Order: sequence, then C-alpha cells, then structure tokens
Amino acid sequence: MIRLDKLTKTFDTPQGVVVAVDGISLEVPKGEICVLLGPSGCGKTTTLRMINRLVAPTSGKVYVDGRDTDTVDPIELRRSIGYVIQQVGLFPNKTVRDNICIVPDLLGWDRKKSRARAIELLELVGMKPGEFLDRYPRELSGGQQQRVGVLRALAADPPVMLMDEPFGAIDPINREVIQNEFLRMQQSIRKTIVFVSHDLDEAMRMANRIAIFRDGKLEQCATPAQLLATPANEFVQSFLGSDTALKRLRLIKVAQAMRTSPLAVANHEPLHKALAVSRESGLDSVFVVDEHGRLLGVLDARDNIGRSGLAMEYAKSVRATVTTTSDLRSAVALMFTHDVSVLPCVDDTGVMKGWINHQAVGRSLAQAGTTP
Amino acid sequence: MELLQFIQDNRDLLMQRTVEHMEIVGLAVFVAIITAVPIGIAITRSRSSAEIVLYLASMMITVPSAALFGLMIPLLSPWGYGIGFVPAVIAVILYSQLPIIGNTYTAITNIDPALRDAADGMGMTTLQKLWHVELPLAVPLIMAGVRTAVVMNIGVTAIAAYIGAGGLGRFIARGISLSDTNQLVTGALAVSVLAISVDLLLASAQHGLTSRGLRTKAAR
Repeated sequence: MIRLDKLTKTFDTPQGVVVAVDGISLEVPKGEICVLLGPSGCGKTTTLRMINRLVAPTSGKVYVDGRDTDTVDPIELRRSIGYVIQQVGLFPNKTVRDNICIVPDLLGWDRKKSRARAIELLELVGMKPGEFLDRYPRELSGGQQQRVGVLRALAADPPVMLMDEPFGAIDPINREVIQNEFLRMQQSIRKTIVFVSHDLDEAMRMANRIAIFRDGKLEQCATPAQLLATPANEFVQSFLGSDTALKRLRLIKVAQAMRTSPLAVANHEPLHKALAVSRESGLDSVFVVDEHGRLLGVLDARDNIGRSGLAMEYAKSVRATVTTTSDLRSAVALMFTHDVSVLPCVDDTGVMKGWINHQAVGRSLAQAGTTP
Repeated sequence: MELLQFIQDNRDLLMQRTVEHMEIVGLAVFVAIITAVPIGIAITRSRSSAEIVLYLASMMITVPSAALFGLMIPLLSPWGYGIGFVPAVIAVILYSQLPIIGNTYTAITNIDPALRDAADGMGMTTLQKLWHVELPLAVPLIMAGVRTAVVMNIGVTAIAAYIGAGGLGRFIARGISLSDTNQLVTGALAVSVLAISVDLLLASAQHGLTSRGLRTKAAR
C-alpha cells in the first residue's frame, strides 16, 4: 500500500517560488493500479518521483507499506520499488540478461538465482530466452525494449512499482497490446502501482483508480466509472471530454447490463406461445432456442400475428450476438452495425443468457455512477 | 639505397631509440590517463569548474613545445632535472591533459539523462552508476582522446631530443646539425611509422574495450 500525506514540492526559480505539487493526499490500496492523470506540467511526475525520493519533498509524508519513507535510506528504498520510465533507459552496454538482473545484482542475489529469474520473466511476456538473453538493447524493437524495461523493474519482485508513462513512446497499436499484456500479468502479480499518464484512454483501461491533477493539485480521485458518472468539477468534466457516456460503455460488461426476463421460446413450442412472450415483454423480437438453450433463430411478432404452427417455422437467422464477457461498447457497436434493436447475449458455448436493448444500455449507464 | 643502407647499419640504434621514445610517451600518457580521467569525471559535477579546467588545459596545449622545454630548464634545474627524461615526460603529461580531460567530460555529460534517471531510480549509488553505466559508455570517447594524446606526443617527444631526452628525435637533430640527409630522413620516417602503428594498435584496443552493445557496426 502507498499513502501520500499532504505531499508538497516547491521549487525556487528566478521568477520566484513555484509550487509544483500542492498538498497531495492519496491512498493506493495493495494490489491496485492508481493512474495519475493530467495535462503536462500538472505535477504528476514530480509526485511519482517523490515516492522513491528521486525528488525530495518540501513537506508531507510518503508511506510505503506503512513505512515512513523518510526513515529509510533512499538507495535501499529505490531497490525495493520497481521503476519504469517512458524512455525505457535500458543500459546499452549490457545484455538483456544483465539489464534485467541489475537490481538483483545490486541486492547481492546469487548469480544463478537472478539469471534464472531473467529467463522466467522473459517467458512471462512471450520473449524466447534463448533468442533474447544475450542481445543488446539496440538489437530489440521499441516494444521489446519497453517489455524488458518492465521486466527489469519486476526482477527483484518489489511489492510496489512506479511507472512514468511507460507505454508512451510505443505506437498506438502495439501500445494496446502491451497494456493488455501488462494487465494480464498484473492479474497474477498483484503489484501496488502508481502509473503516470496523460492519455485518458490508457488511464481508463489500466486504472483501478484515477487521480486527476491540475496545477499541482488533486482535483478528483475515483474509480473510472465514478469519475465518468460524477465528475467533481468543470475541469474534470472538460478533461474527460464530451463523450464520457461512450467511454463509460467500455467499463461495463454485457453480463452486468443484460436483461434476463424471458424473451425466448423452445423450438418445439407453438407460435402463439412466442406471440404471448412478445406481448408480455412489449418487444417485437422473440428468440428461439434448442433444448440446451442454444440460440437457433429470431422471429418478429408483428409479421406473424394470426398465423399458426411451431415458432421454429417462422424464425429467421440471428444477425448478431454478443458474448456476456464483452463490454457494452462492442454491444452497442453490434446493434448499430446490424441494425437490430434487441441483441441476444450468449456465453462461450452459444447458450442464450439474456438480451440487451437501448433501454438496458441507458439504464446501466445511469446505475454505474451510483454504484461504484 | 643509401638510406636503406643507413637503416640497415643502425638497426640496433634505431630500436634502442624507438624504445626510449616510447618510454617517454608511454609513461607520460599513463600518468595522464590516471590524472585526466578522474579530473574529467570530477568536473562534470560543476559547470564553472569545468570551464576553468578546460580553459587551463587548452591554454597549456597552445604553448609551443620548444618554449615549454625552455621554461622547464630554470624551473627544474634546482633539483637537477632541467634537461633530459623528466622534463620530457612532464611536457607530455601536460599536453595530454586537454584531449583526455575534454573527451572524458564530453562523454560523461553527453550520456542520455534517461539512463541516469533509470540508474538512480533502481537504487544505484554514485560509484555504481559510474562503474556500470557512465564509464562503459564513455570508454570509446576516452580512448579516442588517449589516441589523440599519444599521436600528438610522439611528435612532441621528437623535439625533446634537443633537451637531451633521447628518442628518435636524435636522428633528426643530428641529421640537421650534420646536414646528414640519411640520418634526418630515417628519424622522420621512424617517428611517422611509430605514430601510425601505435595509433592502429590503440584503435584495436579501443574496439576491444567497447561493449558489444555500443559498437556501431553490426556485431552479430
């Protein structure tokens, strides 16, 4: 856990005293990613650098795992905190192996143990140890360098990591790949991470909590969903942009938003049963499923009033389905792309679990703000 | 043909004077490396000290060698070292300061600040940073400074023959005073060949000391 208590940094410049960071109090619970977000010059990097004392605070305290960092030798403190920067900073005179092992070597680990750790870490990000261990940084692509930069910070298995725009220098396509890869790793390593970014989308994707900075002050610290639903002030609102509703769609899973009231009949049931379901729900579309609940087709109640027979005979093929693990943004995209007003939600095996329409999307957006 | 005959007849003397020559340059440049590299590193800490030190070192190099030797005669005579080996070594040490201090300073100050930030952030001490990052990255440029110093001072040492320091310069000095073209050209050729071959030798040492990760040509 990391706790900042009224952390302040002022710089004396020829133009007078400049307050870079102004009384920041913030708590990052164990195992969470807190993104410090804001325009450049807002004090987010200075705040990050005060955590490992690369910048000495003017006043205020930093606690890492309950320890007041004032009482720890800065060199020892830094060796216990992973540090990743945008420029990567791999040492060009050292191989990938030796770069990864820098902190273990500083800590005096057994050489065999640290070199085995390097192999294990490379495998974690899908880089073949045999191919990469003996390469030099200039023999790696930008993305590979950045991965090694992250591995180097993880080498001594520190509980806490500081990441200063770690993926900022990577092209947008690879950036998303590396972000997802890192999030997958975080699922198992559960580090407590402070992450500086100026990219809202990145923050939304990576953060458990986002701290929005302006002119050295903390404007709001909240979960991404809370932030989008209830921005604390106009600055936060304008920083989030005018499409907050669309951004929030990304944060909600289909499973959370879908309706589960009956909107399907089995393939052996008669048409009038399907028409009854339609009347009940007030929706025109009724789905037809097999005995396992797998989706077979869809029929439009309005076209079939007064007809008789099995519901199955009138069913047409389903134009689009969405899996329950997708986010609402992709669900809405599917609804527009295929021009359907009701989208069936299925699990991995094709069993229909529920359905979603515009109203359901609107309602869960309204709810997401009130329940974090 | 006469020239070749002269060289043939004086093989041993040529060898002996080459060794004398390299003793002066080698000892002096060695002392210069162990003084100038630390000075070059130290002055990276403060811009104003760097300016002063580099100014003094470049002033030193503008003093003509004949003048420097002349100055040292009254200065060192009280200790009995007015002429000979000692003033020659001192002159070479002084002339070597600028290329080595200058290149060390430039190499260290030009290191990407991100590397220093990463090193600090991972908890390296100042000495560890110097040893693991700054010096290895500075080696190519420091070695280039050493090469400049050595080549330049092989020439300076030739002039030191006039103050009785020995070395290949004696062939040139004698050749001039006796109007002996063979002797003169032998000395001039020997000094040139020595400078070129020592430079080539140092070039391969520079290559060997440079980390494979820093070499510009593809290493694999």
